[in-house]
Amino acid sequence: MDLLNAVVALSNFVLVPAIAYGSQLALGALGVTLIYGILRFSNFAHGDTMAFGTMVTILFTWALQAWGVSFGPLPTALLALPFGIAACMALLLATDRVVYRFYREQKAKPVILVIVSIGVMFIMNGLVRFIIGPGDQRFADGERFIISARDFKEMTGLDEGLAIKTTQGITVVTAVIVVALLFWFLNRTRTGKSMRAYSDNEDLALLSGINPDRVVMVTWLIVAALATVAGVLYGLDKSFKPFTYFQLLLPVFASAIVGGLGSPLGAIAGGFIIAFSEVMITYAWKKVLGYTLPESLEPEGLVQLLSTDYKFAVSFVILLIVLLFRPTGLFRGKAV
Amino acid sequence: MAEPFLIGEHMTGGYGKSGPDILHDCTVAVDRGEIAVIVGPNGAGKSTAMKAVFGMLNLRQGAVRLDGQDITGLSPQERVRHGMGFVPQTQNIFTSMSVEENLEMGAFIRDDDFSETMEQVYDLFPILRDKRHQAAGELSGGQRQQVAVGRALMTRPKVLMLDEPTAGVSPIVMDELFDRILEIARTGLPVLMVEQNARQALEIADKGYVLVQGRNAHTGSGQELLADDEVRRSFLGG
Repeated sequence: MDLLNAVVALSNFVLVPAIAYGSQLALGALGVTLIYGILRFSNFAHGDTMAFGTMVTILFTWALQAWGVSFGPLPTALLALPFGIAACMALLLATDRVVYRFYREQKAKPVILVIVSIGVMFIMNGLVRFIIGPGDQRFADGERFIISARDFKEMTGLDEGLAIKTTQGITVVTAVIVVALLFWFLNRTRTGKSMRAYSDNEDLALLSGINPDRVVMVTWLIVAALATVAGVLYGLDKSFKPFTYFQLLLPVFASAIVGGLGSPLGAIAGGFIIAFSEVMITYAWKKVLGYTLPESLEPEGLVQLLSTDYKFAVSFVILLIVLLFRPTGLFRGKAV
Repeated sequence: MAEPFLIGEHMTGGYGKSGPDILHDCTVAVDRGEIAVIVGPNGAGKSTAMKAVFGMLNLRQGAVRLDGQDITGLSPQERVRHGMGFVPQTQNIFTSMSVEENLEMGAFIRDDDFSETMEQVYDLFPILRDKRHQAAGELSGGQRQQVAVGRALMTRPKVLMLDEPTAGVSPIVMDELFDRILEIARTGLPVLMVEQNARQALEIADKGYVLVQGRNAHTGSGQELLADDEVRRSFLGG
């Protein structure tokens, strides 16, 4: 019984949140890794791209709510998501047209593009705060739980409850669908294959008649969709605050680098590695250990390795370890 | 005499807009059903001459004509659409993609059904059929070159250009590659290639160009050049 309680407590506080968070990071990291593989630079504006797409989705959610439209037990934001994606696509294409294309034509070095993307980041950051303000926004509605802690306890008669939020369920389901679509696109369609070819060997892709402008455009469109989905899922699960999304850049980059920049599979693995490490290191293990250890060994403190304030340090440390010992990442991406 | 199918005539130029000239009044050509080989000592501008024909170089003088049409102003991509197949010396395959995907990417500019051409490539290089789902980067050097040539053949080019196809492969594999190139040429496809292994290359060549310091030093049929004392002495090694 104690062991079951321990498993339930572990699922409730570690596994379920980490899987949801990992899915969100994976979607974010996929965007970063695609940009790195195809446009060949680290896009620092990615966090704020996520924020922009999410912001538009929130505005449409509010509009839909004002018109009395709802999605039953599911959050209205899912209905507004296509609008957010479309707006984000428009923004990224416009940015590419006005900013990145200029530097591409100059054949600017990646480091210059990184700095350019930092500039873009500040502009997007300002744009989002200007429109929706710097404050915290909650926009999740519909049913709150798939299963609440109390229902779980009543059903099973255990002391510990397992709560699964609707947003967590939606996150995982959406992430699976999006990733499956992305991999189908990259591995099965002509355009997807041409993107991989362009990422693999740019000169040979040009010789094969692959149109680089088209590859770049499709990449931005996909990245906009991924970033918006990732941002909306994160916002539904927690809340939307422009500054938080800017900070998300770190775990997202850590995921992409840990998995191997340029490798989509690596981005997903990296997302879950970072999410699980972050949650496990900042979780207070007292309860789980209390169930599993004999009474004499029961810990007195919280057994929390790091306070949650330091959760970004976890990404940093993992990033450092990977860069020191395996700079190409777990899935043999390109060296940073 | 009728003009050869593909000719780069009196080419003078170098890399970049203001780089020094590497080619000086250099002419290379290949006619239908022929193998033409560019040979010469290291740094003679062999690969540069090939790149000039393919439009990867700014020509200050001279012209490139394909089937009588002046293509001097076209970019390499446009030349591919005009029927030139080019296999670069290095990085000539998509290493992370499967053999079949490499061939598909070769046929990217084709909108028609290219499965027949793919079958022809597999017939020419049977080993590729066996490894078609394997990542091209995992293959041996000789097999990678076969993928590279196969990729270029997928556009059904009117002329095939190979930049040192046997660089870095073992002598046995090299003989096999030469056999395959002969086979390709026998189908009537003109082949223009740069080769380090001058003797073997000249043996299969209908026409040979010996370049020295970016200039045409000797020109003739492969047999003529092999028999030429000066050519032998200067760089075939006796």
